[in-house]
Amino acid sequence: MSFRPRLAEGTAPVLVVLVVLLVGLAIAGPAYSSPEGYLALLKRAAPLMILAIGQYFVIVSGGFDLSVGALVTAGVVIAARLIDGEDSATAWVILLVLAFGLLVGLVNGLVTTVLLVPSFIVTLGMLLVLDGAVFLWTGGAPRGALSPGFREFGRGAVDVPLLGEVPWSVLILLAILAAAVLFMRGGTGRALVAVGDNEQAVRLSGGRVNRLRLLAFVLSGLLAAVAAILLGGFAGVSAQVGAGLEFRAITAVVLGGVLLGGGRGSVVAATAGALSLEALFTLLNLLGVAGALESAVQGVIIIGAVAYASLGVGLRHRFTRTTTKQPATASG
Amino acid sequence: MTVQEKPLPVRTVPARTRSRGFAFTPTVVVYLALAVLLVVGSVLVALRGGVLLDQAGLLNIFTRATALGLVAIGQTIVILAGSLDLSVAYLVGLTSLVAAETMAGQAGMIVPGVLLALAVAAVVGLVNGLVITVLRANAFIATLGVALVLRGYLEHNYTGPAGEVPRTFQHLGYDRVGPVPVAALLMLGIAAMCWWLLTRSRPGYHLYAVGGDLEVARLSGVRTRRTIVTAHVLCSVAAGLAGIYLASRLGSGAPYVGTDAGFDLESIAAVVLGGTLLAGGRGGVVGTIGGVFILATLDTVFDDLAVDPFFKDVVRGVVLVTAVALYARRTVRRQS
Repeated sequence: MSFRPRLAEGTAPVLVVLVVLLVGLAIAGPAYSSPEGYLALLKRAAPLMILAIGQYFVIVSGGFDLSVGALVTAGVVIAARLIDGEDSATAWVILLVLAFGLLVGLVNGLVTTVLLVPSFIVTLGMLLVLDGAVFLWTGGAPRGALSPGFREFGRGAVDVPLLGEVPWSVLILLAILAAAVLFMRGGTGRALVAVGDNEQAVRLSGGRVNRLRLLAFVLSGLLAAVAAILLGGFAGVSAQVGAGLEFRAITAVVLGGVLLGGGRGSVVAATAGALSLEALFTLLNLLGVAGALESAVQGVIIIGAVAYASLGVGLRHRFTRTTTKQPATASG
Repeated sequence: MTVQEKPLPVRTVPARTRSRGFAFTPTVVVYLALAVLLVVGSVLVALRGGVLLDQAGLLNIFTRATALGLVAIGQTIVILAGSLDLSVAYLVGLTSLVAAETMAGQAGMIVPGVLLALAVAAVVGLVNGLVITVLRANAFIATLGVALVLRGYLEHNYTGPAGEVPRTFQHLGYDRVGPVPVAALLMLGIAAMCWWLLTRSRPGYHLYAVGGDLEVARLSGVRTRRTIVTAHVLCSVAAGLAGIYLASRLGSGAPYVGTDAGFDLESIAAVVLGGTLLAGGRGGVVGTIGGVFILATLDTVFDDLAVDPFFKDVVRGVVLVTAVALYARRTVRRQS
């Protein structure tokens, strides 16, 4: 991917964490001695990584998106109800789910930018509205079923020359990640980070702050819809499919060294944070940490990782200064 | 501790507004909204042949407001300090268990049970505060991490209600003066204490200073770390009180009593509804209590109207965003 010699600020710690976890996986589980094992891990992690990319856009521009978990649930439940097992409906339902994500992001963004409500509150309200509305519509429990065509994206694989069987979700993830990296290297992406760092300065230098923040929310909504399609295929229909995903995505992004409040961090690191989180869950499973204790261990490790990242700021500065001597900035 | 976007520019209320003697501060707006809600709710319920504010209705509102109120008071304190606590929901469950299991049905163990529950709460608050100040983890992540740890503990050790509170202790949950439960009065008393602490005492001023601008407060000689840790301990103790109250109402400890009620996000909603700035430094307990009663009244009205429970969530979300939008609009207009 983009493991370039110059790393964005904050990328190093999460890569260390990720490598440690991957090595741990290789030692703990025989399945992880071959590439297939890691491909399976990547496939499992893809929805969370995509959510983390969306969340990254919002967080780096200084906001929060708490609605993505509810949006994923809504996407899956809506798709199941509308498709109801009919394969012919797959195409337009996928488009509809994407449009729905776009719409939710648009509403989040507009309320945040036009009505000036803090995004934490807007997306919290959206979470409540989505949770309520979806189940109001379906009468309390998800109904219908997804078509095999719809589920193909979440669990199917395609033959790629040279690589063999690669899951669809991994390909989608890689495409989105590549697009995100390119986007963040372009002018709009940099302006987005600048908004999170100093909104006033961007405004005074002629940047369209509101439009940028709106864009971040729309992207987050859209990517949440993509994640919903993948998760629906992977895990099937349930009312719990998106529960807690918003916190997981935010944790992943912060684990990637992205500053809550905006202005710092790279999208690759955020994605690596999501992969680390998923690797962590897998590792805990392999080590036989009981399901109940899992969240406790997870909590301790998250605190540890974030503390490590923020306490290591001084060290990291020295590191990035020596590695990013080139004129280019390092937010990619 | 910037868990929020950049604070809105709200340096406000200079002499001009004050000289008029009356200003539409968020607190005033909250209570106006509460009054309007009570009137509209009464009319709606009356149209269906019921009475909203009869004995049972008042009791319902106060009962709902008590537990959420206690949690929200604590949440107000940490939010004012520019922090946030996402661990309160699990803490409420944990303290209800600690209290009920220590009491184990014996009247003599009431005091140790309450004290132990509060001590556990204080320790959790201390951990929250220290993780934020010493390990410098973001408050959002730190308290989320602590919440996960508590959740793991609860899931590992409990499958359902445990412990038993003695009969005498249930008086706390069920006694009332007229239509008002005693516990609600105690909650309001605690709110009053916090109001005094925040607006009339030195630690309170420090809290506002830290929430307003951490760096400025530090440079002015405020011990910022100590202030943040204290805020978190107070918040957790308030959540502990909510847990004890719920144990007394339920008769036993219940691991998921806090999360089922969604106390973490709900209490933040109440605080913000009450006009406190999520970024810290502005607001207060009085508004929060108004916000709590708005949420409690909404729930009671919906119960009386037999509204679909999912519809409640929708309305709650819309109310929350609308209310905050109104505050935001107002502050901006006044600025220009």
